[in-house]
Amino acid sequence: MSVGPAWYMALAAVLFGIGALGILTRRNALVMFMSIELMLNAVNLTFVAASRALGGIEGQVAVLFVMVVAAAEVTVGLAIIVAVFRRRATASVDELAELAG
Amino acid sequence: MTDVIWLVVLFPLIGFLALLFFGKRIGEPRAGYLGSATVIVAFVLALIAAFDFIGGEGEAHTVVLFEWMPSLGLDVAFLWDPLSAAMTLVVTGVGALIHVYSIGYMHGDPRFGRFFTYLNLFIVSMLLLVLGDNFGVLFVGWELVGLSSYLLISFWFTKPSAAAAGKKAFVVNRVGDVGFLVALMLIFSSFGSLAYGEVFEHAPEVLSGGMATAVTLLLLIGAAGKSAQLPLYVWLPDAMEGPTPVSALIHAATMVTAGVYLVARSGALFELAPTSAAIVATVGALTALFAATIAVGQKDIKRVLAYSTISQLGYMFMAVGAAAYVAGVFHLVTHAFFKALLFLGAGSVIHAMADEQDMRKMGGLRSKMPITFATMAIAWLAISGIPPLAGFWSKDEILAVVFNRGGAWIALWVIGLITAGLTAFYMTRLMYMTFFGAPRWADGVEPHESPALMTMPLVALGVASAFAGFINTPWRLGFEHFLEPTFERFEVHLAHPPDGITPWILAIVSVLVALAGIAIGRRRYGGAMPAETGLWWDRVENGYYVDDVYGTTLVLPGKRASQVMAFAFDAKIIDGIVNGTGTAVRAFSKALRPLQTGLVRSYGVGILAGAVGLLIWFLSRGGV
Repeated sequence: MSVGPAWYMALAAVLFGIGALGILTRRNALVMFMSIELMLNAVNLTFVAASRALGGIEGQVAVLFVMVVAAAEVTVGLAIIVAVFRRRATASVDELAELAG
Repeated sequence: MTDVIWLVVLFPLIGFLALLFFGKRIGEPRAGYLGSATVIVAFVLALIAAFDFIGGEGEAHTVVLFEWMPSLGLDVAFLWDPLSAAMTLVVTGVGALIHVYSIGYMHGDPRFGRFFTYLNLFIVSMLLLVLGDNFGVLFVGWELVGLSSYLLISFWFTKPSAAAAGKKAFVVNRVGDVGFLVALMLIFSSFGSLAYGEVFEHAPEVLSGGMATAVTLLLLIGAAGKSAQLPLYVWLPDAMEGPTPVSALIHAATMVTAGVYLVARSGALFELAPTSAAIVATVGALTALFAATIAVGQKDIKRVLAYSTISQLGYMFMAVGAAAYVAGVFHLVTHAFFKALLFLGAGSVIHAMADEQDMRKMGGLRSKMPITFATMAIAWLAISGIPPLAGFWSKDEILAVVFNRGGAWIALWVIGLITAGLTAFYMTRLMYMTFFGAPRWADGVEPHESPALMTMPLVALGVASAFAGFINTPWRLGFEHFLEPTFERFEVHLAHPPDGITPWILAIVSVLVALAGIAIGRRRYGGAMPAETGLWWDRVENGYYVDDVYGTTLVLPGKRASQVMAFAFDAKIIDGIVNGTGTAVRAFSKALRPLQTGLVRSYGVGILAGAVGLLIWFLSRGGV
């Protein structure tokens, strides 16, 4: 039994599902960040697997872009979380609801 | 010389601009000298340019200055032909004299320079009106003279009655202008052009009978507004609120004759619509009689002259309606002289009486103001139609032509004759109440003759009123030959006075009527002032209450309607729509606002649900 693209796809789906669940259930902003990273990397995995299976290079290029953007996003996001934590002494997103309508 | 005819317009325009920007700095009296000089130069230039026509050799000449609206084929172009030459000479000639007179009359006015600014603007506008080679330029001039008339009527705008009179003149003129504008649109849609040559030359082929009648009737509405004919005459008596030189220049000699000029110029169109021409003549005759009866009962010296002007304009309309364009324009010219003279004389009297205009407080001014009296007496006899003064020749020619048309026109002739008698009567009344009898002056009034700047124009106009009639006598039809090229060009058939013994009889009849009018007036006003009270005098003095009738039937409903529109329709409905839009948006957003919970998780659920929904949708469509 060889490990075909379907396996990779299934793994990516599972990782994505875990990430999404994490976003919806956890309150700590840092953990939510980690969940987002998980979802992004799940997508990266599908890109690489498809690229490998189809013999093209485009998927791998897209992955490089995603990684760069994710790195930038983490930087900004972490900075915001640190700033909020300094003011509020909490990282729970439920307490940051000032913009409620 | 005729190629540079635009110089005639340029000089008053320079005067206008200079006075507009530097009028205050130029100051009194130099602003008056500047204004007068530009108009005198324009008159001299026009006179030189008209020499060819006087010799009978000149050709009509079109001078294109520049393209105005090329897509409509409309140019700013001037037409120099005998008719426009005659009008230009009257406008600049009488205008120059009145400018000079105004230097004396407006002496000491704080807005002296501004007065001459407006006067020069008027001259420029009027010249555009008479010199334009198409209806477009004519219309621009037409509106500009309306503007300068408004500015000058309400020149003393601190007086509420003057401000109201200016507004009234403007609004009533607008009513006429609507007709004029629609006529121009019809002309353009029929001919594809507004140029006189184009329109008049092709009128017989292009215009059907009904269309010609429609166009000419609409032109008549415009002309009736500008020339104060029934039923749009009501603004002219009120226009007397303006300074007297303005009344003389604009509301007697020049602007109000624009309607007569328009009908004469459009003779080729009226030729195709005999019904309209007959209506023009009827309106003129009725106006002449109607206004003359009102003039009999006026107490204010200027209002007598105002109604007299309306009446005389009615004569001109009667003439041009009868296709007697030469007679109409001839009367226009002579009337310009003697009516301007009457107004300037009245101004001189008002000046001497310390701004008193009520004739009941005058009397016995003959010896105090000999020059004013002598010149006004010439004008009095001229307008009454006493030979050999100017008014006799022109008025008699009109009456003779109308009589000669025969049939129903005889009725118009009778009306004209009655009007002639009334004219002689009310002018005699004016002269006797003002200059004869015992003084009835208010206390402290010391009448004196006016300064030379004011009496010189009076003398000049007096000479013109005495002798202008000789340019067109039955033995020497000089003016008719002068004007003929204008009407020959488009084969307009002129109506002529009768031959043989008839004109003699007609002339004798009209002179007898005039003498009778003068005699009755002299008998009635020669001695003590008769008391003029009672129902009929009241009615006549108030112009049969036409103003009140217009006020209740037209102005009041108009005011009510605008009140409803302003305070009910606009405030409730229009504003309601605007405010309602705001309220609706506010309510909608209030309903949506709870969606923003501030909880990241709820947004996440939304995004996820959306993503799942999209996924299901894509899958269910079967395309992966």
